[in-house]
Amino acid sequence: MFEKSLKQLGDALRAKKISSVELTQSYLDRIAKFNPELNAFITVNPEVSLAQAQAADERLAAGTAEALTGIPIAQKDIFCAKGWLTTCGSKMLSNFVSPYDAHIIAQFNNAGAVNLGKTNMDEFAMGSSNETSHYGPVKNPWDQTRVPGGSSGGTATAVAARLAAAATGTDTGGSIRQPAALCGISGLKPTYGVCSRYGMIAFASSLDQAGPMGRNAEDLALLLNTMAGFDERDSTSLQRDKEDYARDLEKPLNGLRIGLPKEFFAEGLDSDVAQTVEAAIAEYKKLGATVVEINLPNTRLSIPVYYVLAPAEASSNLSRFDGVRYGYRAPEYGDLTDMYEKSRAQGFGEEVKRRIMIGTYVLSHGYYDAYYLQAQKIRRLIAQDFTEAFKQCDVIMGPTSPSTAFKLGEKGDDPVQMYLSDIYTIAVNLAGLPGMSIPCGFGENDMPVGLQIIGNYFDEARMLNVAHQYQLATDWHSRAPQA
Amino acid sequence: MSWEIVIGLEVHAQLSTQSKIFCGASTAFGAEPNTQADAVSLALPGVLPVLNKGAVERAIKFGLATGAHLAPRSVFARKNYFYPDLPKGYQISQFDLPVVGQGQLVIQVPAQGKQQAYEKTVRLTRAHLEEDAGKSLHEDFHGMTGIDLNRAGTPLLEIVSEPDMRSAAEAVAYAKKLHSLVRWIDICDGNMQEGSFRCDANVSVHKKGTPLGTRREIKNLNSFRFLEQAINYEVQWQIEQIESGNEIVQATVLFDPDTGETRMMRTKEEAHDYRYFPDPDLLPLEISSEWIEEIRGEMPELPDARQIRYIGLLGLTSAYEAGVLTSSREMADFFDACVAEAGPNNAKMCANWIIGEVNAQLNRDGLDMAQCPITPQQLGGILKRIADNTISNSGAKEVFRTMWAEGGEADAIIEAKGLKQVSDAGAIEALVDEIIAANPSQVAEYRGGKDKLFGFFVGQAMKASKGKANPAQLNEILKKKLAG
Repeated sequence: MFEKSLKQLGDALRAKKISSVELTQSYLDRIAKFNPELNAFITVNPEVSLAQAQAADERLAAGTAEALTGIPIAQKDIFCAKGWLTTCGSKMLSNFVSPYDAHIIAQFNNAGAVNLGKTNMDEFAMGSSNETSHYGPVKNPWDQTRVPGGSSGGTATAVAARLAAAATGTDTGGSIRQPAALCGISGLKPTYGVCSRYGMIAFASSLDQAGPMGRNAEDLALLLNTMAGFDERDSTSLQRDKEDYARDLEKPLNGLRIGLPKEFFAEGLDSDVAQTVEAAIAEYKKLGATVVEINLPNTRLSIPVYYVLAPAEASSNLSRFDGVRYGYRAPEYGDLTDMYEKSRAQGFGEEVKRRIMIGTYVLSHGYYDAYYLQAQKIRRLIAQDFTEAFKQCDVIMGPTSPSTAFKLGEKGDDPVQMYLSDIYTIAVNLAGLPGMSIPCGFGENDMPVGLQIIGNYFDEARMLNVAHQYQLATDWHSRAPQA
Repeated sequence: MSWEIVIGLEVHAQLSTQSKIFCGASTAFGAEPNTQADAVSLALPGVLPVLNKGAVERAIKFGLATGAHLAPRSVFARKNYFYPDLPKGYQISQFDLPVVGQGQLVIQVPAQGKQQAYEKTVRLTRAHLEEDAGKSLHEDFHGMTGIDLNRAGTPLLEIVSEPDMRSAAEAVAYAKKLHSLVRWIDICDGNMQEGSFRCDANVSVHKKGTPLGTRREIKNLNSFRFLEQAINYEVQWQIEQIESGNEIVQATVLFDPDTGETRMMRTKEEAHDYRYFPDPDLLPLEISSEWIEEIRGEMPELPDARQIRYIGLLGLTSAYEAGVLTSSREMADFFDACVAEAGPNNAKMCANWIIGEVNAQLNRDGLDMAQCPITPQQLGGILKRIADNTISNSGAKEVFRTMWAEGGEADAIIEAKGLKQVSDAGAIEALVDEIIAANPSQVAEYRGGKDKLFGFFVGQAMKASKGKANPAQLNEILKKKLAG
């Protein structure tokens, strides 16, 4: 049952082979058993989940079920869900029960999906290892001495360890793709604007994008069908016709042109990852694809640009966490300024504070032009690189992460080493393009390796097709860690 | 050499939209604290702003009314600072790309002492859209502060002038003209008590021909009287400082209406670094020329255009009357409707009556034009009867007083009160003959050259006719008969 795809689960539910209450309970049991060591969930709420399952069963009985009705899906704790503790991995929101639903949550609720719980994450989505969470690090289910990646590490571990049928993530610089790669699952970051950001706690507004994480491309397509769509409450949400992201899954790949950026296969890439990714490319050639080398000359500037822009936006986005209206307030303080300083000093973790300081600095009078404006200019150049590249190819492929999952604590003291683990994913966010990661084998320590697929704007259906065809020909995506 | 005063104003006009600038919560004034604070007003985690089109339309109207450049593309920026009534920790405003660019406003500065009334053009630097903050309530909380976020997110248009004003009187004239204009084009209710129209004044002094002095900004002046008092105090204070050898330090100050003094709030060194940057939650605001033309089509005739029209109607000597009549849209509309009833030939009479009788009665009763108990058609009805000699001016005043108190139409009141004047030449001649016969000595004196006595005969005749004799006719007949 835990190996079934979402489509198979949906079929079983509609055929009454299993009830949503039974399915939900069995996932809750697995969470109860494995979560204490994996720490993938911050909050589970069995009564609420089972009540939702009960309602889904009624809907299934009434014959009004949709594709995801009755299927338990875990939600990254960055999404506000009415009545649920919504912490964003931070002490700052450790007492915040959301009075409203994020658009994404409402979409799943309307589809009749069951909210299985809120998954652990790096604090305010700032991190690549899930070690910045106030709720403690998540363990990689393939090797519990290793990180699951971040920031959607709780989601990645939950899906990989079969604690949830599927789950949501968010991706600001790689936070869906990198943990998907490190945990051996599939994850998709859509084109910026495809999924509404309403109710998704903002890290860097111009980069944040929600997306599905699951065990295969077919599942991702079903999830994205529910998540995507225009929302008037998000001014950056795109007004486009509703599309079926599963429509092209079965198309053959004959004639597919794959662009390989030479910058993605250069210094800094571990050789086991390089070999595994190259083997995947070889597999694609067998499926009828051709390969062309492309240049993305400005991607080398992605990390510095990102670490100006994302902290700049974050420093402002996180100003609302001031201890005045909700969230953490220091128990003792003197005057107003002291209350702000103590509440924020105690409520935020080190990485969040580091980025608030960087962001405040780059926006300061006298530095704005040199940092923020300059970074915006380079951001446009990075996007232009992709526009040029897509004249020669249909999709771009490369490694998702330069290495497999590293050890817990290994990069904790070196933020720059940590930032480098997103070197292949960040440019995609800066350009607003869709990107995904699918499992394509294992590296030296038997840890999963992810293949990154980058598409042109709104090419999600084609990317899912490209991933699905690979998954028909290989079985990396169905490998599971030993329980 | 004398001191020159340099003043620029920043006015925050609250735009009259039903809902807030970035969310659907109500903007109504006076509700229980925080009952109009929705998820966006509270800045809950995850909420996002969505621009209210009505606020943009009002900004466009303002731009059109001041002949300003309207930016085809403007940008919302975040102004970052911490304060408990600023829920997001930043205010969404506009910074380097405002929606309304340079414009101008012609102001009427009233006569003062020997100084005659004059007109002056004040340049507008820009006007931009932004959201208001909430309110901190320091009373009633015993050492704590209450926060009311009902006002948080209310749309404001911040209108910035060039430092073109040279006296408190000019600053007040500018503020009044702006206040009248925003109400005229119906983008702001202008209620100063409720904070719908607030002024900040940048004031400096220098000797002519020398560089401008350092300015101090007086914040949040919410009446024209306070604006005038605050500037006058500040100017005096700055001159005294400089004359006693002190330098003016750039600062923000507050005006205390109780003492009539300004006091320091913060100096430039203590000023925030607001770290403005474009708000990534909002797309650039794009205004098409089609949209502008659509709004231009809905614009009312503007006060300056109407003033020119009134001068044409009333004669070139009536610039003052035309200015008074266009000081509010209600008064101008009243005048137009009155002229429509009484006829364009009687426009001057309409103007005099509205500026005189109607305004005096409104003032006496503490009413504004919108609450006037008589309609412009009713007033026009009276004036028509003056024009056709049915009633005299004094008779008309009686009709007006009755109408004001009891209502009714002019003709009915004239009939009921028997105010119709006598225009029968025979009857007047008979009357005049009687007066001449009864006052032989005065007649002799008059004929001996004492012209002043003419008024005596008019008075006697009017008295005899119980005020109903047609004055023009009476004058004519009297003159003829007295001449002998």
